[in-house]
Amino acid sequence: MSEPLVFHYDVDGSDFTSAGQASVFVKRNLRQLGLDPEIIRRVSIAMYEGEINMVIHAEGGEADVIVTEDAVEIVLKDHGPGIADVEKAMQEGYSTATSSIQSLGFGAGMGLPNMKRYSDEMQIDTELGVGTTVRMKIRLT
Amino acid sequence: MKVSELQEHGFTALTLPDGDREIVGAYMGDLLSWVMGRARADAAWITIMSNQNVAAVAVLADVSCVILTEGVTLDENVKGLAEAKGINVLTTALPSYEAAVRLSELI
Repeated sequence: MSEPLVFHYDVDGSDFTSAGQASVFVKRNLRQLGLDPEIIRRVSIAMYEGEINMVIHAEGGEADVIVTEDAVEIVLKDHGPGIADVEKAMQEGYSTATSSIQSLGFGAGMGLPNMKRYSDEMQIDTELGVGTTVRMKIRLT
Repeated sequence: MKVSELQEHGFTALTLPDGDREIVGAYMGDLLSWVMGRARADAAWITIMSNQNVAAVAVLADVSCVILTEGVTLDENVKGLAEAKGINVLTTALPSYEAAVRLSELI
């Protein structure tokens, strides 16, 4: 695999109950590539958390998954409101989700912490009123 | 123990597309991010949540089955989704704690 493989997904921000389709799709594709199941688990959970965040907070966005010989990189880009306080958002239990979203089982304030937990590198670029880009890397070796 | 064997112990299968899967441990929780952050692959996931997102989380977290407690069941739509994604879903009238105790005696 010399050329990186790139999967691109549009994350639909309107249908909250079926959110996660891109992550399930990624999981299937990575499985077909024969990657280690635990790596696939980490990639797909990290991506799902990001996808859910884009649906809850940013009315959707775009996701790119880039598979190279030594890593899987996930780039999640939205044009939402941006994150006011990244440090706070990274704390377990901190959430700005509404109670109706919490009643669906989300908004526990564990999304970003889980993304960090399951990736080897994570970088958040955010600007209020402009949007957020999250990059995560999961090393294969 | 295999997921399908739970049926002999008071758990009713709602979907069982992969009944031969082995249960390794369990995780109990209703907040999806906690489940994804803490549940291990092949665990049984005990919850009262039964919406569509549960099917997605079960796939991503790679749990061996979902055990719905308190008599919670699936609507037809979610049932179809779980079936299509290969997710085993069982239900019991027991509350979550009692279901976990029962499961602990079995696995």
